[in-house]
Amino acid sequence: MAGAAGPGTGPGAAGGDGDDSLYPIAVLIDELRNEDVQLRLNSIKKLSTIALALGVERTRTELLPFLTDTIYDEDEVLLALAEQLGNFTGLVGGPDFAHCLLPPLESLATVEETVVRDKAVESLRQISQEHTPVALEAHFVPLVKRLASGDWFTSRTSACGLFSVCYPRASNAVKAEIRQHFRSLCSDDTPMVRRAAASKLGEFAKVLELDSVKSEIVPLFTNLASDEQDSVRLLAVEACVSIAQLLSQEDLEALVMPTLRQAAEDKSWRVRYMVADKFSELQKAVGPKITLHDLIPAFQNLLKDCEAEVRAAAAHKVKELCENLPTEGRETIIMNQILPYIKELVSDTNQHVKSALASVIMGLSTILGKENTIEHLLPLFLAQLKDECPEVRLNIISNLDCVNEVIGIRQLSQSLLPAIVELAEDAKWRVRLAIIEYMPLLAGQLVSMCHMLQCIGTVCENLAGEMTSDLFLGSGCVECFTCSACQNLAGIRHCALSPLLPVYAIREAATNNLMKLVQKFGTEWAQNTIVPKVLVMANDPNYLHRMTTLFCINALSEACGQEITTKQMLPIVLKMAGDQVANVRFNVAKSLQKIGPILDTDALQEEVKPVLQKLGQDEDMDVKYFAQEAISAVAQRLRKLDFPVKDSEEPSDPEADKNHFLRPRGPGEDTGKAHRERAARVAPEEAVGAARFRGTDAAKGPAYQLHVNTETHLPNWKLQN
Amino acid sequence: MVCSSILLFLYLVEIHLLSKEFSTVWCRPQPRAWSLSPGIESHIGLPAWSLLLPLPMSLPFSLFLLPKEDQDLSPIRNRPILQHTYLSCFSHYSARKLATDIISTVEFNHSGELLATGDKGGRVVIFQQEQENKIQSHSRGEYNVYSTFQSHEPEFDYLKSLEIEEKINKIRWLPQKNAAQFLLSTNDKTIKLWKISERDKRPEGYNLKEEDGRYRDPTTVTTLRVPVFRPMDLMVEASPRRIFANAHTYHINSISINSDYETYLSADDLRINLWHLEITDRSFNIVDIKPANMEELTEVITAAEFHPNSCNTFVYSSSKGTIRLCDMRASALCDRHSKLFEEPEDPSNRSFFSEIISSISDVKFSHSGRYMMTRDYLSVKIWDLNMENRPVETYQVHEYLRSKLCSLYENDCIFDKFECCWNGSDSVVMTGSYNNFFRMFDRNTKRDITLEASRENNKPRTVLKPRKVCASGKRKKDEISVDSLDFNKKILHTAWHPKENIIAVATTNNLYIFQDKVN
Repeated sequence: MAGAAGPGTGPGAAGGDGDDSLYPIAVLIDELRNEDVQLRLNSIKKLSTIALALGVERTRTELLPFLTDTIYDEDEVLLALAEQLGNFTGLVGGPDFAHCLLPPLESLATVEETVVRDKAVESLRQISQEHTPVALEAHFVPLVKRLASGDWFTSRTSACGLFSVCYPRASNAVKAEIRQHFRSLCSDDTPMVRRAAASKLGEFAKVLELDSVKSEIVPLFTNLASDEQDSVRLLAVEACVSIAQLLSQEDLEALVMPTLRQAAEDKSWRVRYMVADKFSELQKAVGPKITLHDLIPAFQNLLKDCEAEVRAAAAHKVKELCENLPTEGRETIIMNQILPYIKELVSDTNQHVKSALASVIMGLSTILGKENTIEHLLPLFLAQLKDECPEVRLNIISNLDCVNEVIGIRQLSQSLLPAIVELAEDAKWRVRLAIIEYMPLLAGQLVSMCHMLQCIGTVCENLAGEMTSDLFLGSGCVECFTCSACQNLAGIRHCALSPLLPVYAIREAATNNLMKLVQKFGTEWAQNTIVPKVLVMANDPNYLHRMTTLFCINALSEACGQEITTKQMLPIVLKMAGDQVANVRFNVAKSLQKIGPILDTDALQEEVKPVLQKLGQDEDMDVKYFAQEAISAVAQRLRKLDFPVKDSEEPSDPEADKNHFLRPRGPGEDTGKAHRERAARVAPEEAVGAARFRGTDAAKGPAYQLHVNTETHLPNWKLQN
Repeated sequence: MVCSSILLFLYLVEIHLLSKEFSTVWCRPQPRAWSLSPGIESHIGLPAWSLLLPLPMSLPFSLFLLPKEDQDLSPIRNRPILQHTYLSCFSHYSARKLATDIISTVEFNHSGELLATGDKGGRVVIFQQEQENKIQSHSRGEYNVYSTFQSHEPEFDYLKSLEIEEKINKIRWLPQKNAAQFLLSTNDKTIKLWKISERDKRPEGYNLKEEDGRYRDPTTVTTLRVPVFRPMDLMVEASPRRIFANAHTYHINSISINSDYETYLSADDLRINLWHLEITDRSFNIVDIKPANMEELTEVITAAEFHPNSCNTFVYSSSKGTIRLCDMRASALCDRHSKLFEEPEDPSNRSFFSEIISSISDVKFSHSGRYMMTRDYLSVKIWDLNMENRPVETYQVHEYLRSKLCSLYENDCIFDKFECCWNGSDSVVMTGSYNNFFRMFDRNTKRDITLEASRENNKPRTVLKPRKVCASGKRKKDEISVDSLDFNKKILHTAWHPKENIIAVATTNNLYIFQDKVN
């Protein structure tokens, strides 16, 4: 964009009389000072267009001075400006004139808003690369010095980020000056500047000569690491990682390790937290020898720190630490030096610590191997599975698969499954949901199908029992939950259902995957277990549950085949066409459309069509609409089967989707509006319930589509057609 | 603007403290009949105590009118303490007496160049010190109105059916980070970060319209014009930068900026939250004294402040008269204090009001960070951070009110929250009292002075007369009897310039700025 502009564009490039192209640019320029922030922002984002039109010389002499003074503007405008200027070199005449961009960026580097300053610094760093070495010393370095000795700390903090880009290309004399400036910023009066210096210390160290690192950076690092403000000290820990990478082992031991040891035992928990948080990086930076010697004891201390935040951060790092240990002797180290502390953490008083541990502890099993896992880790897992804090249990359950691989499913099923079955009764729905989600995983690997079914049965029953007491979800959702448990059997998961919204989502996800389930267990099973349950719901007083029946039928019909559909399901659907709630009625129309391809033509012609025609006369607009859609689909099918169709039966709507059957569509997709308008007209006794869900149904449209398993739908449809 | 006229008084005061035994000696309390409302009497149940106050017989202060500019100042330089009361004074907030004009907070910025006041109407007024006046070399620049803006608006919490007042509870200036100035202002619930910036240039030149807004014919546009900045009259803008809301269930009583320049705390009655100045959508609760059962509530947080240079230390005071010092290094949650400053109660002074009057209304660290000062209803106490069991200094602010506690309770004055402040060198402390009196205590010499902030009977360049309140029956000339004190005129908010001897004193709806001429 900006870089593409050739420097050849002379002054007055767009200066021709009555030039039509002038007007839009004129508008853009005027909007640079429009009262509306959005217009100013748009204009700033098109700054390159303006600059292009003005030509390089006017850009340098007029536009940039103007921009330099616009620092009164809103942050977002300044941010956009700072970003634009980073790519402006081409527009001011190429690298020879890159220094012209420095004044506006310099003023942006002093504003109070950190994001703007950071962006200005980023652009300055970008531009510094475009300076020739001469220009760098003539223009850029003085700018850095000005910023570094500015009155206000904002400019000094900005300076900290610029040293590392100009240092490598500067002459030796200037290098010394730059180092001097950096040193003074490291001991600045304001903690803000010291923090900025501390955070850039590592980056600066990387561009310095090794001698200077040892002679200058290390003392600075030591000073910052013992700063009176803990907010500065903790940033020194980060710098430690980069500095450690630069030094040899001996130097490291002599120069950096004392400071690091001190940081790990700092009085302030925030510093210790930082050490814990950066532990893996530190471990990699200092190498295996020092890790064994120094870091492991430090880590032990962090694991039993008095501050829970520190313990939690350390617990998070347990797995990474163990993974990064040298393979040789790793097991012994973990067993002797880490595991005892982990055992203590399992019964920590703070739940965040326990849940942090639970999220990684399972990962240890792969490192320790089967026997150790069974002997040492399994008791810990079991203890955590029984933890009072749901998050801990959840984290354990979510990571069960790591253990699977190591100890095998048989072992797992013997020791963990009873605990899991117990957890299915957990009071926290997230835990129950997690259990449902992990069922297929367990089931897929369980040796005996019998065993699995038994367990699943127990879990499902438990869940069902739980759900009955759940007032909000209502009794019908027992079914849903059972279904969703089953649905997972088929390996399809849905996750992150919030407690307030799940009804529709679960219903949909569950019903749509019933088909898969039936395919797996065969139609006979379906006929005996699922279908009766589904059909019973057709008489449920709650219209939502009656609708669930329809959804289930939609899903089941394909899998169950023509016979069951025609004999058992169709009568129910047809009966429901007389439902008092319009939502049910138009879903009947939709269902009929859906199951149409499965039915034989007799049933279509004699049973389905009259009902649809009746629905086509419905007083409700939406019912009418869907009935018409269905009629057209059915008519199409009949025509395909060479059945005579009277023209008058064709729907009048020419835009009706003829390929309705081929397109698997989400229920919210085309009816969102209808659903929303719907609720107002449902029967009075159900109005409240309907109102509660009207937004949900529509809103769930996209979410639902995540659950639609198009892969499983499409092949089936093709077969049908 | 509120400020209509700026009245300038210049007072010169020469103080000779004649008596060294100024610290009052309290007699054994004697039983005295109270005129109690029956309800209170039943509460007390035992004879109330009153105190006899022996006052120094002679006026400790004598006052002179200083000569004009060419005076020889040398003898004055040798004055004893408390001489920085040569004051120039002016008031703002015109004479109209609206409830919204009541000043609710006063605060100098770190250089002292700016002074911010907040009022009950949610406005913030900022005064700027004029540049040094060369002709009157002894006189510092006066403070003039620099900027006024509406910081908070009244709101209504519909969920709790609660009105949220717009009254500014506290203002705190941020350390200066660039040419602009920043301050935090808070009402009961919401803290706002304001930027006060100057603008002396404005862009000129449009392509498609004239400066006055008339549109040009687009066809006449033959060349592009880039706007240019031209100098203009200085304009001061106040713009809200951040709003820190929804973190406090109770009323915010304090905000304090940390010396790390990036965090600040806000305290309400039961909790203290820690914020990052750039992050508005989350804050950390660091102290929570809310009991599980609100019936067990025995104390509330009354004030909280960060240590001026140790970024991990803060204190909070409670309605029970204790101050807790917490170390944020020790733990993320500071529910457990690391130091508890508490003076054992004198059983002989015990009364129904003991607990009320021991409630701390303000706590302030000294600039050095070594001491802190607390204000309870009747006294100012200075604590050494290294000594927890008793204050190192105690100054009685208006001990004569001890006999009046009952009526002060009835008119609710006993719940007034007086603030206190240190001077720049931590050698003098100041706090307010009733009848528009304010008090200063010199820590080195233990002398004190009572002054009155009032526009009546003060003429420019006259002396601000020290006042004396007489508690006993025999009233000396120039003394004011306790009974004639006006409890509606109270000075709750005072501030001291961080470097110079300039003080700002807020009476109900007047702001007085007094200044020492000599230093």
